[in-house]
Amino acid sequence: MTTTFLALIIAGGAFGAGLLGALTGLGGGIVIVPMLTLIFHVDLRYAVGASLVSVIATSSGAAAAYVREGYTNVRVGIFLEVATTLGALTGAVLAGLIPTGALGVLFGLVLLFTAYKSLRSRPDHEIVTTTDWWSAHLRLDSTYPTPNGMQHYSVRRAPAGFALMFVAGIISALLGIGSGIIKVIAMDQTMRLPFKVSTTTSNFMIGVTAAASAGVYLHRGQIDPILAFPVMLGVLGGALIGARILGTANTTRLRQLFTGVVIVMALEMLYKGATGSI
Amino acid sequence: MSDQRRLSDHEMDQLIGRLLQLGVLLAALVTLVGGVMLLAHHGSATPSFTTFRGEPDHLTSLGGIVRGLRELRSDAVVQLGIVLLIATPIARVAFTLVAFMVQRDRTYVLITLVVLVLLLYGLIYGRA
Repeated sequence: MTTTFLALIIAGGAFGAGLLGALTGLGGGIVIVPMLTLIFHVDLRYAVGASLVSVIATSSGAAAAYVREGYTNVRVGIFLEVATTLGALTGAVLAGLIPTGALGVLFGLVLLFTAYKSLRSRPDHEIVTTTDWWSAHLRLDSTYPTPNGMQHYSVRRAPAGFALMFVAGIISALLGIGSGIIKVIAMDQTMRLPFKVSTTTSNFMIGVTAAASAGVYLHRGQIDPILAFPVMLGVLGGALIGARILGTANTTRLRQLFTGVVIVMALEMLYKGATGSI
Repeated sequence: MSDQRRLSDHEMDQLIGRLLQLGVLLAALVTLVGGVMLLAHHGSATPSFTTFRGEPDHLTSLGGIVRGLRELRSDAVVQLGIVLLIATPIARVAFTLVAFMVQRDRTYVLITLVVLVLLLYGLIYGRA
């Protein structure tokens, strides 16, 4: 396969991943590594490097819009980024020590968990308005726009959220994904932030988390230009167009389709990881 | 310093948003130019990525990439785009640091500084 042909089909696949990722809210990064390893037989280490680059691109692009709309809690984000960047650097060290087969199995499990989460509806919880010691000292409480004007909210259990974010950082670096699902769980379920604030702040943090490990992978020679450029431009293009047509598409059907793809990829990653053929 | 002259959280959000947009746009443009150059020069080669061999020196460090650019290597141009992309969230954190300094928010100056040091360590030193 020539470089041009390879780059074009990888760009096409990455475009589809970015488009579906933006339309379903699951992010395209999670299917890039399975696509590169299962379909194109790319070594997992190259795949993780290329995927991380695309994760930075989409997260920074989307975060630009969200931050300006006023949903993102910048203080919560920067406080938790201490944990995610520490986790990402830890994960980058671990990635050099863990056999790729084991990483494949871990990837399969994370994909299954993502599919499970995306099929379950999430009941919106009450907004908490009483502050606790951590939130008061770190001034994490804030406001966000609602149809009835600005709504005040408080933040709970910052240390528990911090610990979960460390884990999210490790997983992000090991697998080359944004691990937005874990970040949202930490903020929405543990710290009781409003859902829209959790998703946008998670997105805001993903680029920083991925940048921490991407630097290490660049030095380790895991970022190859021939793979990284079509993946980055493809995912970014797909994500930008996905965000444009978000209001018009039937996202329930797309979500089911994307979840189906994720489950198939999960099973194959588990099988190939367990048999050591990845 | 009076309150009006300090940077409000809202103004900070607007500036951060712009910075991220510009960074991604610039990185994507450089990567696109590098990618087109790469395909024009080496498009008919048949690369293999099935086994990990690591990248050559001119693609793995900031100094190496600069040397590759001086030799007008297309793969170094792509790598420059990627470095610009990695630098975008780092620039955002640096900007947040300045904003917290203007707001005289000591706690958050310290917190942001920790994040910035960790990020620069990863990008420049690269050994976690």
